[in-house]
This record gives sequence, C-alpha cells and structure tokens, in this order.
Amino acid sequence: MSDPVLEVTGLDVTFGSGPGAVHAVRGVGYALRPGEVLGIVGESGSGKSVTSLAVMGLLPPHARVTGSVRLKGQEILGASEKRLTAFRGKTISMVFQDPLSALTPVYRVGDQIAEAVRIHQDVSGQAADRRAVELLDLVGIPNPAQRARAFPHEFSGGMRQRAVIAMAIANDPDVIICDEPTTALDVTIQAQVLEVLKTAQRETGAAIVMITHDLGVVAGFVDRVLVMYAGRPVETGSVDDVYYRPRMPYTIGLLGSVPRLDLGGRRRLVPIEGNPPSPDALPPGCPFAPRCPLVVPACDAAEPPLEPVGPGDRRAACIRAGEIEEGRIPPGEVYARSGAGRAGRPAAPGAGAGERRPPVPRGERGVVLEVDGLIRHYPLMKGAVFKRRVGTVYAVDGIGFDIREGETLGLVGESGCGKTTTLMEILELARPQRGTVTVLGRDTAAMTSRERLAVRRDMQVVFQDPLASLDPRMTVHDILAEPLRTHGVRDPGPRVRELLTLVGLDRQHAARYPQDFSGGQRQRIGIARALALEPRLIVLDEPVSALDVSIQAGVINLLEDLKDRLGLSYLFVAHDLSVVRHIADRIAVMYLGRIAEIGQVDRVYDTPMHPYTQALLSAIPLPDPEKERSRVRILLEGDLPSPAAPPSGCRFRTRCPKFRDVLSDGERERCVDEEPAVRVLDEDQGAACHYAEKIKVV
Amino acid sequence: MSIADEEHAEELAGVEKIGTPSRLKVVAGRFFRSGQGRIGFALLVAMFLLAFAGPHLNKWSYTDKDFSAFLAPPSAEHWWGTLQTGADVYAVTLRGMQKSLIVGLLAAVVGTGLAAVVGAFAGYFLGWTDRTLMWVTDLLLVLPAFLILAIMSPLFAEGQWLLFVLMLALFLWMVTSKIVRSMTISLKEREFIHAARFMGVHPMKIIFRHVIPNLSSLLIVDATLNVSAAILTETSLSYFGFGIQPPDVSMGSLIADGAKTAVYAPWTFWFCAGLLIVTVLAVNLVGDSLRDAFDPTARRNR
Repeated sequence: MSDPVLEVTGLDVTFGSGPGAVHAVRGVGYALRPGEVLGIVGESGSGKSVTSLAVMGLLPPHARVTGSVRLKGQEILGASEKRLTAFRGKTISMVFQDPLSALTPVYRVGDQIAEAVRIHQDVSGQAADRRAVELLDLVGIPNPAQRARAFPHEFSGGMRQRAVIAMAIANDPDVIICDEPTTALDVTIQAQVLEVLKTAQRETGAAIVMITHDLGVVAGFVDRVLVMYAGRPVETGSVDDVYYRPRMPYTIGLLGSVPRLDLGGRRRLVPIEGNPPSPDALPPGCPFAPRCPLVVPACDAAEPPLEPVGPGDRRAACIRAGEIEEGRIPPGEVYARSGAGRAGRPAAPGAGAGERRPPVPRGERGVVLEVDGLIRHYPLMKGAVFKRRVGTVYAVDGIGFDIREGETLGLVGESGCGKTTTLMEILELARPQRGTVTVLGRDTAAMTSRERLAVRRDMQVVFQDPLASLDPRMTVHDILAEPLRTHGVRDPGPRVRELLTLVGLDRQHAARYPQDFSGGQRQRIGIARALALEPRLIVLDEPVSALDVSIQAGVINLLEDLKDRLGLSYLFVAHDLSVVRHIADRIAVMYLGRIAEIGQVDRVYDTPMHPYTQALLSAIPLPDPEKERSRVRILLEGDLPSPAAPPSGCRFRTRCPKFRDVLSDGERERCVDEEPAVRVLDEDQGAACHYAEKIKVV
Repeated sequence: MSIADEEHAEELAGVEKIGTPSRLKVVAGRFFRSGQGRIGFALLVAMFLLAFAGPHLNKWSYTDKDFSAFLAPPSAEHWWGTLQTGADVYAVTLRGMQKSLIVGLLAAVVGTGLAAVVGAFAGYFLGWTDRTLMWVTDLLLVLPAFLILAIMSPLFAEGQWLLFVLMLALFLWMVTSKIVRSMTISLKEREFIHAARFMGVHPMKIIFRHVIPNLSSLLIVDATLNVSAAILTETSLSYFGFGIQPPDVSMGSLIADGAKTAVYAPWTFWFCAGLLIVTVLAVNLVGDSLRDAFDPTARRNR
C-alpha cells in the first residue's frame, strides 16, 4: 500500500481560553491514500468543517491548533504562511459550500481560474487563459470560451460550483477538500456537480475529503467514512462496513433516522432523543451517553477511545461496540428498546394503529382544499421615473390539485419552480389573479372578511425556519396564546399547557423565549401554535429542512402522529423527496410554475411517468452504498430556465432527456408547439407529458 | 376527537397550576432583577417624591421672597440658600423640577410613541398611508421648530404646560419615525409577521404586538435621548425668555440664572444642575435595563 498523501493525527482545536473555551475538535486523525475518497459525516456543530479549515491552516489566529498534519510527509501544521501558500492550491485545494462567496464578484470567472493557474505555474497569460477554458470545458460548462468571460453573478449556482471545482483542480492537486459542496444546490444540480467531482478526480487522480451531513451523498461517492460527534471521530471504516454493520450507537441512530426514498410502506423513523451537547459544556464521559439507548454507568466514567472493532481497519469509540460486533445486541434493536413510552412524548403509532378505523375511500372524503387553474404572474418593471412593463415572471402558471380530509399532499420541486408562490397565494385567502382557490368549501374570491377569519381558524401554517417564524420578543406562552386570543378564547393558559405536552415539550417551558430552545424544539413550538385552534388543514412550508437528520426524524414522527390522532390534512411543501415519500399520501411535482406529475405517492415514486420526475428521483442519492453504486442516473443538462421566459410548448423540453435522445423530429414538434396538460393516465397518477411512460428509477 | 378531552383528565390529575407567564410579567421580572434597573427606578421615584412631596417640608413657597437674605449661603433657615431676589433655592429648584420632570418625560414618551406609531403604520401598510404620513413628516422636518415654539410661547403662559409638552413632542419624532418606517418594511417580511397574518390577527394588533415590540431597543434608546433633548429644548427656550414664563420657574430658567452667579454663589447653580444630572442619569439607567429586559437575547445580569 502506498504512503498516505495526507495524514492527520491527534488534531485538537480550541477557541478562546479559560472556562469559556470551546473545544471544537478533539483528537481527530485520519490517513488519506492517493486517489482515495474519505467522507467525513456529522451533524451541524460536530466539528467537521473546523477540522478541514485547520488542515488548510485557514483558522483565525485566536484558534489554538495542536496535533500533526502531514502533507506528503511534511508537517504543515504551524508552518509559516509562505510555506502554506506554496501548498495551498497546488498540493491541497478546497471547494467551499457557498459558491457565490468563493468567487470574487468583480473579476471574470476565466480570469480567476487563470489566476489560480499562474500563481503556481510559470506560464504566460495566454496559456493560462487557454488552460482556464480547458478546465471550464472539463467541468462541463457549455461554450467555455465564451462563458470564461462572464462574471460570477451571470452564472447559476450549479455553474459557479463547477467553476470553483475547476479552480480547485487547476494545478493537479493531490488532495481536494470539499466542504458541503452540494448542500446549497438543488438535487438535479447536485447530481451534476457530483458527477463533475468524479470526473475531476479521475482526471487528476487526487484524493478527496468529502465533508457533508448528507448520508446519501457519502454512500455513493466515498471509499471510507469517518463519523464525527461532538468534535470527535466516533466511528470509522469502509463505507460498506459503516452503512451495513455500524458498531457505534450514534451511527446506528443516524442511519435509522434518515427517511429513505427507496423504501415505501411507512417505515417509522427512529429519532435520536435529545440534542448534541454544546461544545463548551461536554458531559464528563462519552459525549453521546445522554442520548444513547445503550448507556451503562461505565459510559459516564471516561470518554471511550477510538478502538479497533472486528476485522479490517474499522474503529469505534464505544465501550459496548464489542457486544454489538459479537451480535449480542443486534443493531436493529438498539433503538427499539427505548422507542416506546418515553415521558412527554405522544404515544407511538402502534397504539393508535390498532383502533384506527378502516380507511374511507378517497372519493368519499370531503375536499379540504381545492386549487384550480391558479395563476400568479409578476410584472417586470423597468425605469426609474416612468415605470414600464418589460416582461412577466410566470411564477405560477395554471396549476390545480385538491386535498381530501386526512390526506397529505406533498408539493415538491426545485427552487424557483413556484412552490412558495403557490403556498402564499393559498394562505393569503385573497382573490387570485386567475383561477380559483377553494378552502373548506369556500371560494376565496367571494369571501367576506368574517368568513376569511373563520377559514383562518381552520387553516394554519408552519414555516421553514423555526426561529424566524416565532416572534423573538414573545415568550412561548404568548406565542401559543396568540391564535387562541385572536379567535376569542378568554383564558388560553390550560390550552397552552396542553399544546406543549402534545408536541412533547415540558410545560415549564412556557416562560422561556424561543432563542432558549434548540432547532427541533422550536419547530415543535411552531407546530404547537399551528395546532392551537384544532385546525383541519395545516400548510407546512419545508418544516424539517432546517433541522439535522436525527432531530428531523423526531419532528416527522410527531407530524405523522398528530395527523393520525387529530385527523388533520397537510399540504407539505418540500424539496426533499425522501421526506415527502415518507409523510405524503399524494404528491404533486412542480416544474417552472406548472405541475409535471401528480398522483398517489407510491405510484409516482415506483413508476414515475414524467421525464422530469424520473430525473428528479434518479438524482437523489440513497444512503445505501451498494444500491448507489449500481444505479444509473438520468442526468439533466443545464439549469432551470428563467420563469420570465419559459420555453414554448412543453416547458421541460429544453432539459428533457427524452426530447433529446428518444423522440423523432416529428414527435419533437409536438413538444415545441403544444403545451401538455396533466392527463390522468392511470388510477390516481397523471403526468403533463405527451409521451409519458412508466419507468422504474429508484 | 379533540385533544382537549383526551388530556383533560391528566390536567385534572393534580398537575400543579403554573402561572401564565405573559410578556408584561416576564419583562417586569427581568427589569427588576437587574441591579441597574432597580437603582435607576429607585432614583427616578426619589426624584419624583422630592419634586412633589419635598416642597411641603419647607415653609417657603417658590413665590416667596425673603428680603432679609439675598444670595445667602445654605443655612437652617434656607436649606439650599437663596437667590439674588431672596427666593429660597430649595423651593424654586423643586418647583422647577416638577415642571422639567413632567415636561421631559412626557414629551419624550409622546414623541417616541408618535414616531413608533407613524413609522410602523407607514411601513406596514405602505401605499397611500405611507405617502400621506411621510408627507406630513417631511413637512414637519422643514419647519423651524424653535421659531414656532418661540412664537407660540405666549400661549403657554397661563398654565398651559400640557400644550407646551405636546408642541415639544411634535418636533421630536420625525427622524425616528423615518427609521422606524424602514425597519418595519424589512420586519414585515419576517416569517413571524406572516404567521400572525395567516392566523387572522388584525393588522393593528400585529403592529402593536409584533412590530413595535421588535423595535423596542431603538425606541427605548430614542426615548431616553429624547428626555434629555426635551429638557434641554425647554431649557434653551426658557433661557431666551420663551417657554415657562415667570413667575413660574423651570430647571432651564434656573440654570440660566444660576450660571451667572455660579462662581461666587455655587448653591444657586449646583443644586439645580446636580438634580438635572441625577434625573437624566436615572432615566438612562431605566432605559438601558428596560431595553435589556425587552430583549431576550441580552445577557442577563444578576
């Protein structure tokens, strides 16, 4: 085996000093061999980004870094700035999460890449420019010679990230560190960028450190995994070992809490109880002990070291890892023991499922929300003094769906497809520009203000960002009492306490402010507020996308339990298709202001008919290494067209793989001339495509 | 089906009743927990007590003149000495303080309140409300405040101090209301305002319950500064012979007179100036702790 290109041992990072010191990274070590891909996985605050910044020597001066970082055998920790600069960009380079801030806005993209080339290579300006164009071509930017002269703001998010990757590989580095490179991108773009990264690795033969919180991205991309928790590595091993034979309870919990795109049939998610410890107040023993279902008194005595478990080079930091390895504790049952009947939790659905009435067929249930031909166009204005209309943004352009009682409709699509606009149009309860919105049998166009207030009582909303949606100046009590007072409840006190218990919070918490809670708890408060008036329909706008996976699972379970117990209907807007598969009964896929496909959730996921749905589903990485390796992706080309100038005919045709590869010229003409409407092609599954056919992609 | 029934039994099962912590109680609790707040509040109360109860302890009234003691230093007869006219410093200072406390505090509160309401309405509703309100604001901004107050000063003579307060407040609020307006516009897009709107909360209630409390840091700082500004405006008006008219006195007129004799008869100046400083200090302490009490992100000092 060849020598490692990057070897990190005993890396410690501390911010500040004295009692307020934050020990962000504690004893991280790994070795990276040439061409190897290492995934570092962990939730927010686990120290994974700080680790990589420390390796690059990019931490601010007040951070104290100890340990050793050897790059090709040379110690670079504590090296002079001059020596580091010689390494950075040449031997080791980095791809950051936010591609907009990684590029200088006032220079042309090509010049920035050429600059990266010229810093480390003695070439002429022209040669560097040529190399920049080559690199842009390599990362798949169309018309590279022309696009090299564009400014960063003229690039879309995906293209910017490609440009950053081009810059990172400009000097054939030996190590590329990618810090959440696809987190800010849509799934179809994420699939493109991951593909580019694979190409880049093939071309340069570099080793990659992939830092991410997305277990799906890791599964398909890396060779080895390092799981971090509270600043420490808690498990490491080959990707198959860690995914199929996890030995540390945290890893087991993390894998169990991810909603799976490829598994239908409502497997209940297993959340990890509690929250990660704050780095300035770590428990004395194992930092995971307060949340661990396998905790024994010995766990609190000392922090377990990362020790080898079983064959191969796998290690886990758990004193009971040996028991799990020997099969005395089956990994599947680790969380089953603690799952049911924790204090302050709503009862597990197992109890509720027994008494559930036989489901009423969909057609016989009442319609809670009906949207028909909804249109929302925004004028594009120009001119300072005399404003004139220069165009129209077709944000929502004729969509229709309905939600029945006790049903969840998932509304999904990439950013810019009009989901949020649709949501706002429904929530405003005003007359839409065109089309109709009927909430609980009442048309919003013909509503009096009294009726509107009555409808508001039955329709509530939960927003994406739990902190922004709670007034920071109000106590939890006042926040929860507000809807009650608005709708004429005199003494909201008892109901507020009831609500807190219902969403699994302590009733003593009523006197606190939202900022005293963690993200998951805040979202529970948001849900409690929405439930205050016992509504019939709740609109959820990306309710879990701001939360970590282990916390997210708890909130999803809560939403499912509440729906079953209270007979709610949900309109669930999300971009994460795995979550939607888990929670929704029906799904509507939006593309550029129109519905591409709508139908019963398992039908759409198992056999999608619209080429866009197919591409979307195939783009989502699965947290299953073997499946992920054997999958064939349907990659979309390019980016979402601007909603101000949608293509004629079918809006998806510019990116449609079917239009490009399969259809004959005659068939294509129809796509260009005629806009397809949603046709119901099977029982409760419809697609807006002239040439829809079922394909299995997951 | 309702959860109420389900958990009612549990509710009755003897869970001890917890008080309903409303915002007012929590803010008051936090205010009085901070040492600064307690000191400031105590000082302010002491000032009011001194100003309104103090005169009853003294046999001299502010209109009396003792012709046997001109510019006399503090003694048993005249606790804080006398002025050149023979007036008792203790009596006139307290009389002046009554005026200044009321004028200063009231004008500041009214001015800041007006700024908050006008700014928040303009920023929340936009459109015509905004245009009309901002037009009025701009108009008031270009009017020479001092000149108008000077011209109107005869009106304040006959005990019309309330009118005087209102006029002072009227020229204090415009700049703040412009700041409030722009902050409201950005606040309006925050999700918790959307949430309240979609809950069916009346726009007026949203403004008073969500918008203005979230601007309270700015408003409290502004009100604190306005107290000093109002007292000083009144002082300078009185200095030029407008504002509070003789024989009535105010802190302003007293300081103006006392400044002339401050060097060789310090009691004519320092009692008055000292009380003014203590008052402004108390207001600032109260303002600071109120701001912290309203702001849940502020570090709690015990």
